[in-house]
Amino acid sequence: MLKFARTRFKRGATDAEREKLKQELFTFKKTVEHGFPHRPSAVAFDPEMKLLAIGTRSGLIKIYGQPGVEFSARHSVESQIIRLFFLPNEGRLISLLDDNSLHLWEVNIKDGKSVLEEVKDFSLEGRLKKISVCCLPSTQEHLFLGTEGGNIYLLDVKTFQLLDHIIYQDVVMQNVPDDYKANPGAVEAIAEHPTDSNKLLIGYNRGLIVLWDNKSCNAEQTYVAPQVPPQLESLAWHRSGDQFMSAHADGSYCIWNSADASKPAQNATIPYGPFPCKAINKIQWLTTKSEPFIAFSGGMPRASYGDRHCVTVMQGKTHVVFDFTSRVVDFFTIGDTDRECEWDDPHTLVVLAEEELVLMDLQSEGWPTFRMPYLSSLHSSAITCSAVQTNVPDQLWDKIVAAGDAQMAANHTSREWPIDGGSVLSETPTSKDLLLTGHEDGSVRFWDVSTPALRLLYKLDTKAYFSTHDDSEVVAAADTGEEDWPPFRKVGTFDPYSDDPRLGVQKIMLCPWSGTLVLAGTAGQVVLMDMNTEEAEVDLEVTTVNIVNDRDGFVWKGHDSLTPRSTTVKVPAGFQAKHLVQCTPPASVTALANHSENQLLAIGTSHGFSIFDYVQKKVILTKCTLNPNDLSATGESSMSRRKSLKKSLRESIRRLRKRGSRSTPSKKEAKPRVEAVPTTDLDAPEKGEEAAAPVQRLVEARQPDGDMASMVRCLVFAETFLREGASAGLSLWAGTNSGGIFVYSVTMPEADKREEEDVVAELGKEVQLKHRAPVVALSVMDGSSVPLPDPMDVKHERADAPNMSGSHTVVIASEEQFKVFTLPRLKEKTKYKLTAKEGVRVRKVGFTQYRSRSDEKVVEQHLSVVTNVGDFLVFSVPQLRRQVQHSCMRKEDINGITSTIFTRDGEAFFLLSPSELQRCTLSARVAVEPLCMLELPEGARPAPPPEPEPEPEAAAEAEGEGEKAEEEKPASVPETLPSVPAIVVETSPPNPVEDETEEVAAAAEEVAATEKPESEHEAEGVLADIQKTLENTSILDSTADESKDSVGDITLDEIKDYIASKEGPDENSADKPAVEEDADN
Amino acid sequence: MSGKSKSLARVKSGVVEVKSKFDAEYRRWALDKTTIEKFDDFYQLVERRHHLADIPFTLCYTDPHGDLLPINNDENFVKAMSTAAPVVRLIVQRKGEDQGEFNGYGTLNKSKKFGLPGPLSAQKPKPRLQISQPQDFRRVSAIIDVDIVPETYRRVKLHKHGSDKPLGFYIRDGTSVRVTPHGLEKVPGIFISRLVPGGLAESTGLLAVNDEVLEVNGIEVFGKSLDQVTDMMVANSHNLIITVKPANQRNNAVRKGSLSTSVGSGHSAGSSTDDKRELLNEKGARESSYSNDAYHNDETLEEEESDEEEDIIRDVVVTKTNGSVPSSEQDGEQEEQEEENEAEEDQTNSKTDQDSAVYTL
Repeated sequence: MLKFARTRFKRGATDAEREKLKQELFTFKKTVEHGFPHRPSAVAFDPEMKLLAIGTRSGLIKIYGQPGVEFSARHSVESQIIRLFFLPNEGRLISLLDDNSLHLWEVNIKDGKSVLEEVKDFSLEGRLKKISVCCLPSTQEHLFLGTEGGNIYLLDVKTFQLLDHIIYQDVVMQNVPDDYKANPGAVEAIAEHPTDSNKLLIGYNRGLIVLWDNKSCNAEQTYVAPQVPPQLESLAWHRSGDQFMSAHADGSYCIWNSADASKPAQNATIPYGPFPCKAINKIQWLTTKSEPFIAFSGGMPRASYGDRHCVTVMQGKTHVVFDFTSRVVDFFTIGDTDRECEWDDPHTLVVLAEEELVLMDLQSEGWPTFRMPYLSSLHSSAITCSAVQTNVPDQLWDKIVAAGDAQMAANHTSREWPIDGGSVLSETPTSKDLLLTGHEDGSVRFWDVSTPALRLLYKLDTKAYFSTHDDSEVVAAADTGEEDWPPFRKVGTFDPYSDDPRLGVQKIMLCPWSGTLVLAGTAGQVVLMDMNTEEAEVDLEVTTVNIVNDRDGFVWKGHDSLTPRSTTVKVPAGFQAKHLVQCTPPASVTALANHSENQLLAIGTSHGFSIFDYVQKKVILTKCTLNPNDLSATGESSMSRRKSLKKSLRESIRRLRKRGSRSTPSKKEAKPRVEAVPTTDLDAPEKGEEAAAPVQRLVEARQPDGDMASMVRCLVFAETFLREGASAGLSLWAGTNSGGIFVYSVTMPEADKREEEDVVAELGKEVQLKHRAPVVALSVMDGSSVPLPDPMDVKHERADAPNMSGSHTVVIASEEQFKVFTLPRLKEKTKYKLTAKEGVRVRKVGFTQYRSRSDEKVVEQHLSVVTNVGDFLVFSVPQLRRQVQHSCMRKEDINGITSTIFTRDGEAFFLLSPSELQRCTLSARVAVEPLCMLELPEGARPAPPPEPEPEPEAAAEAEGEGEKAEEEKPASVPETLPSVPAIVVETSPPNPVEDETEEVAAAAEEVAATEKPESEHEAEGVLADIQKTLENTSILDSTADESKDSVGDITLDEIKDYIASKEGPDENSADKPAVEEDADN
Repeated sequence: MSGKSKSLARVKSGVVEVKSKFDAEYRRWALDKTTIEKFDDFYQLVERRHHLADIPFTLCYTDPHGDLLPINNDENFVKAMSTAAPVVRLIVQRKGEDQGEFNGYGTLNKSKKFGLPGPLSAQKPKPRLQISQPQDFRRVSAIIDVDIVPETYRRVKLHKHGSDKPLGFYIRDGTSVRVTPHGLEKVPGIFISRLVPGGLAESTGLLAVNDEVLEVNGIEVFGKSLDQVTDMMVANSHNLIITVKPANQRNNAVRKGSLSTSVGSGHSAGSSTDDKRELLNEKGARESSYSNDAYHNDETLEEEESDEEEDIIRDVVVTKTNGSVPSSEQDGEQEEQEEENEAEEDQTNSKTDQDSAVYTL
């Protein structure tokens, strides 16, 4: 008892200090999203402030200025952004969402930097009021909202409320000849007259175009084509205002004189006719001193090129069809901002495609593209692996940059990036950080990640070294060529089609000092490369390593290895291959280690591992990890795995179907109340399956020789003590998928005999973890419990020499446990059983050092871990005590979890989407994040009369008074947000199933309205009631068990139901929603 | 007393005097406790002494109180050697002849007093019922902690050992009703959904479909997803302890009131959940050594509990052959000792990978 008391006291005292230190060491912050936003759906540009905004289908807005200037914000609802408008020069933005709501956003200064925040929103309701098109006139006073119903509403930008003034379709139609009196359809296009801001050109879906004078409320002209016109798609004014262009669904466009309503000035042209063409979605007519530009998207001949995603630009005789690999979302041009200027003078064409953004320089000869300083498509080919190298030495960095510049100079413009708004506040980074991404097509891209703007430095392609079977096809394609018309030009880098999946890069190792790059691929190929500043001809030497040499019965049933090119390959300056190691069987390389000081390479596959000496070009060791009794089974592993994937896919589809077919009849039999409550998506599968095929999991011990047991998961070179009494020596540690660890001691010959004498590797130790979980990572720690540094870093004084005096330890992280063993005796020191205690598994491990944010000298070594449920954990070593835990990803986000990589300093990268890399930091000290400012000109935002907030303040803040901003913000925020009782605010997630009857909805609103004044007391009362009802029903009702809803998160529907049941004359009224919902179905 | 000083000296030096009897054959011999530590070794020694190579036999000894007690595992072997000073009186019997095997061990006179010698001897010629010996059995499951687990719950331990038998059960998500301060509340829970015929779970009869799983090796599953619970069970599969709330409450162990009050005393009649939580905490307080910081407390509680389990696991490994559960710490050390031995061994014969020592960690 005394002992307990003592320990408790001791810990109590240190705990407080420890907690304080933890604050200094750790944090968790998602700092920046590198790459290209996933599934963009809208784009806008502020020509005054030079800002670009991209909206996505998930409701995310990202604003970019000059490299490093980046703001982003997300709508509170996950809904597609249809359109974005900048209020030029105001630092404000309006977004239109798919749910027919409009939101006003402002870039304001908070805590000394600019952030994007939502200020107001407005929602238009009613089916006929579905907004089909918006137009922001140059006055920026109000927004024209064209609707499906044909009326045009005006939204006052200042108050963000609708004006009473409505341009009714009937009024517009008054002067239309009777033949055209048929319903003209939705408003398809609104274009402001370029010289007279009172006049609007309104285009309706069925082809009717009207010039509307908004001042006199009169349709000035009604343009009607001689024939029945095809559906209208887009309208564009000529700068003069004398003429305009209309684009149509049949791929044609017409030019009209604004004064002559009877017929087009020029007959309809179908640029890619005469065969049927697809619609021209958007058209622009831009004047220059010489001939005008006409730019439009779509319009391709349906049969031959209907699948192309194109933007056509024509200027006089020059005619280019920019051909994109993904759907064109929108395009616009950047031109002269001066309104008084006689010409539009576009200099840049910006095209937003689904997977990339491309800027074309229209001023330079040949319209070359811009090199992207950010917003690069990370996923030009799918990312298969990534590696990060912080603090790259200048010498190598400069060489990479030079090689990259030479590479890019060829087809990029030299003009400055035209989107350069805002100013960067963060200091120029001192360390040069490199991110390497390996891709499915065998390429490796080198990215600069020292700043928030992810810039492509250099691209390396290993494809050149292998002869793939499409070589001949390429030649053939070149022979036949494409027809000259339309004049296509491929632009952009997004190319999801891999020539040969075997080329995929699986592991990357870069030694920043020697410039040695090792790339390992899907077909067991390992390419050793060196940095060379000169172009060279490479004749690739090949060494084959047979990993299953000693296993006779082994049969490989997977893919063949790649064939290296027999001829010499001419490669430009940059990384050039000098040796190829080909593993047999050619299974994917699963682990790689490079000891560049001793020039040794360790390669692991599903079957074993090998050490290769690249001085003597000799294989030193091969070790097969296959179970000798079970050769046949593992030989198939790659195949059987695929099979099982297919199988599981099939099963899940079946399950889905089953659920689908089940849910329909179950709804028809009027179910009790709780059942009728539409559940959230998450609950749905469970509910459906509970009765039929419940989701169940077999609890079974891990099979010792399960699938892929022999796979080598990690390889580590370490200079440490393997034998008692012996001095430290080089060793190789290999961990397998079944919890096996092999330790080889590697004896190097004398330095002067390195070329002649063999390197010797012999088995020193073998460990079998009893729990047999895959060994995810391991690291040897020196006498001061610091992971052994890279010897090259020590050599160049980037790292301290390891402490070889104290006793070394090895940290082994398996999927289920962490263990620390002392060396050389391998006695267990500490352990932590993560899975047994918490039911989560280790996915990725980083050995990281955390430096205190306040004191540079305080450094701690920790284990940073990401688990299969998407949490980040930090454990101290060797104590293995948990320091922090942060949940970060959803557990379903397998790509994100498995793609996670850690830097040495506690930063992490993971794939947010195929095209985006999320960067986050666990360290309180190290963070690369966009720190930027948007300076608004004096009085940029007009002070709105009705509400004396936040604009004037915002303008004041914009001048950089950070402190003042902090004081005033809290006061103004509550006013902007409607103060509604907690229940109502929190319980209105969009519910896809929800299709409530008017009655119930109205009832809900009524209650919500009555609740408003009474505030929380009332709300609580209602809550309690609801609880009671819920409980009653759930207890009485056996089927109710299936619903997971607890009182903790009542949905809006439940409240509505509750209200309905209260109001209804009898208890049965509770069934109403269910019944009516069925009727709907 | 002085006469015994000689043998006492022997005890100290680790040498024990043994007097063994097989049928009519008596032998006296000395045993060096330091060389023979395991029951198996001792058994072989006796086998050699009495030349019983092909005869299966059982071992008993008379303890200082005159009780006849069996020796059939490491633990009671060590016990016998340490208690039965100055002389260990060993009785070697052919397997099946030992009355104690059937009637239970105890005082020697017992069978004379309560047994029915007449009829028994009369029945002797009759073919004997073939009843397996205790050492031929292996424990597969147990209900444990009956004294601290609430009556409505059941804590079941499944011994996987090295058997090929699958654990053999499935779990699923479900909803259970709990009593909370706010009244009855529905909460998600984990349930046993299916038992594989012939599996360990089914064969024990202690788990049934629709039993709610509350804890896995002392860790509450509340708030964990189905996959997480599955992973926890798999990670603990070699020594799985699950606390369930049986769907069928009729077969609960009936406890005496005194027990439950002694455990649950001091707590007002709370709900079963609360009750259980309290119990856990109490247990934690008893076992965990430090820190009133909640986080650490949880951690240490878990740690301690699992360490305790770990010891058991080790025992299972060590005494695989006879399957009884000796007590903790000592064996843990022993195990570590073994690890070290193996480690050293490993260093010496390292090259041939198949032979090199593989330690179980």
